[in-house]
Amino acid sequence: MIKEPFLEIENLEVHFTTRSGIVHGARGVSLHLGYGETLGIVGESGSGKSVTVQAVMGLITTPGEIVAGDIRWKGRSLLGPRGKELLQKIRGKEIAMIFQDPMTSLNPLFTVGAQITEVLRHHMGMNRKQALSRAVELLELVDISAPEKRLGQHPHEFSGGMRQRVMIAIALACEPQLLIADEPTTALDVTIQAQILELMADLQQRLHLSVIMITHDLGVIAQLCHRVAVMYAGEIIEVGDAGDLFDYPIHPYTQGLLRATPRPDEVTERMVAIDGVPPNLISPPAGCSFSPRCRNARDSCCRRPSLVSFGSNRRVSCWCACEAPGVQE
Amino acid sequence: MWRTGWRERLQNLRSLGLELWRDKAGFTGVVMIAALLFMALAAPLLAPHSPADQDLMARLKPPVWSEKGTWNHILGTDHLGRDVLSRVIYGSRVSLLVGAAVVLVAGIFGTMLGLIAGYARGRADNIIMRWIDTQVAFPGLLLALIILAVIGPSLITVIIVLSINGWMVYGRMTRSAVLSVRETAYVEAAEVLGCNSRRVIFRHVLPNLTSPLLTLAILEFARIVLAEAALSFLGLGIQPPATSWGLDVSSGKDYMFRAWWLVTFPGLAISITVLAINLVASWMRLISDPQEREKQFARQMAARGRKHRRKEAAVL
Amino acid sequence: MGRYIIKRLWHGVIVIFGVTIFVFVVTRLVGDPVKVMLPLEATIEQRAAFEKQLGLDRPIWVQFVDFMTALARLDFGDSLWQHRPAMTIVFEKLPLTLELAFLGIGLAFVLSIPLGIVASLRPGGISDRSTIFVSLIGLSVPQFWLGLLLIVIFAVQLRWLPTSGVDTPAHIILPTVTMALPALARMVMIVRSSMIDELNQQYVKTCTAKGLPIYRVVGVHALRNASLPVVTLCGWELIRAIAGYSVVVETVFAWPGLGLTAIQAIEREDLILLQAIVFTVAVIVVFINILMDLVYTLIDPRLKLA
Repeated sequence: MIKEPFLEIENLEVHFTTRSGIVHGARGVSLHLGYGETLGIVGESGSGKSVTVQAVMGLITTPGEIVAGDIRWKGRSLLGPRGKELLQKIRGKEIAMIFQDPMTSLNPLFTVGAQITEVLRHHMGMNRKQALSRAVELLELVDISAPEKRLGQHPHEFSGGMRQRVMIAIALACEPQLLIADEPTTALDVTIQAQILELMADLQQRLHLSVIMITHDLGVIAQLCHRVAVMYAGEIIEVGDAGDLFDYPIHPYTQGLLRATPRPDEVTERMVAIDGVPPNLISPPAGCSFSPRCRNARDSCCRRPSLVSFGSNRRVSCWCACEAPGVQE
Repeated sequence: MWRTGWRERLQNLRSLGLELWRDKAGFTGVVMIAALLFMALAAPLLAPHSPADQDLMARLKPPVWSEKGTWNHILGTDHLGRDVLSRVIYGSRVSLLVGAAVVLVAGIFGTMLGLIAGYARGRADNIIMRWIDTQVAFPGLLLALIILAVIGPSLITVIIVLSINGWMVYGRMTRSAVLSVRETAYVEAAEVLGCNSRRVIFRHVLPNLTSPLLTLAILEFARIVLAEAALSFLGLGIQPPATSWGLDVSSGKDYMFRAWWLVTFPGLAISITVLAINLVASWMRLISDPQEREKQFARQMAARGRKHRRKEAAVL
Repeated sequence: MGRYIIKRLWHGVIVIFGVTIFVFVVTRLVGDPVKVMLPLEATIEQRAAFEKQLGLDRPIWVQFVDFMTALARLDFGDSLWQHRPAMTIVFEKLPLTLELAFLGIGLAFVLSIPLGIVASLRPGGISDRSTIFVSLIGLSVPQFWLGLLLIVIFAVQLRWLPTSGVDTPAHIILPTVTMALPALARMVMIVRSSMIDELNQQYVKTCTAKGLPIYRVVGVHALRNASLPVVTLCGWELIRAIAGYSVVVETVFAWPGLGLTAIQAIEREDLILLQAIVFTVAVIVVFINILMDLVYTLIDPRLKLA
């Protein structure tokens, strides 16, 4: 795995203007992704995971706005007028995205075939025949049987799991280098979830895809991801290698998350919930956003900590971590 | 809802008033309607002449700003020497009266039937809905004209005919409000427990219903004003010697080419009235739907942002 | 599919009969056709003889049966006014009304799509607010007044167009515009609000994420979904144009279609012609309703006509 970042998000700030005030959806998010890597972003609803990746794909619209920071793909910015031009060229082609709800993500009035071929015809310049045969290949790739027949059908004739497969097929049509998956299995039954995840793992290996997987389910992360970023209240509070982070969580929130997750191999441990609720993002706290709920909260927590490196592959945003041995700023 | 004290209600009214003030269009509409109401009620005081006063010496006089106009007849006179301004002022009475009466009659009848259909369901519901569907399928002007021709047009018959034509919307809306409350989980629970579900439904239907019903009534008011004007224009509405804006346009059109003011001012009066009502209706629709208000806000912000950026870009 | 059509046809038949019978009842029981046809000084005996001739002295239900059997032959009898078969008159005038209605509503439809789309792209922006403003005015102006104003401006002051009648192709312009403008105002609002709703849907995000150009996202994907309410409104406007507005517009422009004929028939208390007109209009209305249902199924594959 080459670790040069080819997606870089730097200090991203996204604001949403509402009648009750400005919601700070993303507050200084910084991430990077290398070739062939799978990065998981985990956090509760409202933590800013979707906002971050939607910003990458240029899907933030009124009342939302990117107010600060930069997003770079292979070194070139995707923001600003030049960036928008570049983004329009690579969307669907080099970076692709699949969404949470397969019921509403496909246009109900067009055939599945039409929705796959239009990407091929637009980005790859194929003619109808070529696009159709490639579409058949794609449906086979995602394990949909009788692909020729399926191409002429409409989304409502597919089940939820199959629709998500179609979404994956569309996303992979132009052989993207990065696939962003925004909670792709949340809306599906557990058994179907497993199938889709297996499919994604398989594709990831075969096609050497880089993947950003957003989820609130730690199990999914464990199954698919090399690295994990934990988000809370619009910021990244911990990021590191998946296995390592699960075994040795540093940030109190991450620790809390893991404690609250049921583990089949440790039946005797009680599940402990994290007291309190996430802060209101309309007036985000000036200090550490987790401190109101943190057991180790101290005076220094009234200042907002920044991400500091901890060991070779971990970065944590917590004053406790700063003071522990082995920390490098 | 019934228990809010009068203090709270006053506060609610005050915040409503502020909302109205902020929405310039809605505010303008309300002001215009208030002015029209005042004009209708105070007509005898405001109008310089009686609308039926004929002055054959001053026939077809143009408005005061034209060459031959006089201050005696600010908006001119018609072919019988009647003062246009006075006729416009008195005409508001008919339009507002017909509008209010039809909305009341059709509204009450429609709401009642809608409630029956929603509560009783089964046979009664089926019959009522079929009736509505059949009436709705054939739109009203042609039939209205025939009925009026047969029973003789007058203020009362116009109100009756327009009510017959217009009750269905209220019926459908009320019925769907009742049905949507019926389907909620707590009503189902109440029924299972053996409570009188009808009382539960009633208590919850009315609050759900008042706002959309009010908006609908206002929109219908606008439609009725236009309908009455059209009927009077065609000669099957208000009859002379009564004064109606539509009637005036109709008699004015014979002199249209030499006396433009005869057609213009009554028509303008209709347009302004209906516009005011529509503005109020849009505002009401806006405030009764919080999602809409949020979207409106977001759009205003976005538009302001774009304007700002354009200015910045221009400066650079 | 067949079953659905039959159900709709059945409903349509009920409407047609309902309307026709209603007019029959109203005119026979309340109206007095004999009065129209005889001179004022007619004696009672002359009246009675005439009634007998017309069959109006027989019990109402006998008259009704006769009426229905004649209806099956599309025979309403002779017009009291023009003394020739009523249906013949109807068939003469009908094309003119249909022409005006289809042209007017068609024009409104064609113009509403681009105007509504442009307004929906930047809600709250200048084009949106001006579209809403102009539409509100269009909705508030009475159609008959609009027609008269257009005549005064274009036919009298500017002398570009003729004032009334049917003689030249130019004669159809002002009536069409008068028919179109209020409908356009209503349609633009619907196009705009449907497009705004569709542009907020998830599948539009998917299309954008696919990198499709904006004209395709808006003009192909969103527009197709948004078109359903617009088609509904279009059908409704057509029906109202034929069964309602045509009366007003044709009167203003002396356009000799069915609407104008209906007014003239009312003035002359020609109840036979009126029945024929109402029946024909009812049939057309039902036909358009069914046609619209078929168009829906073409647009939306989710609708099953079972």
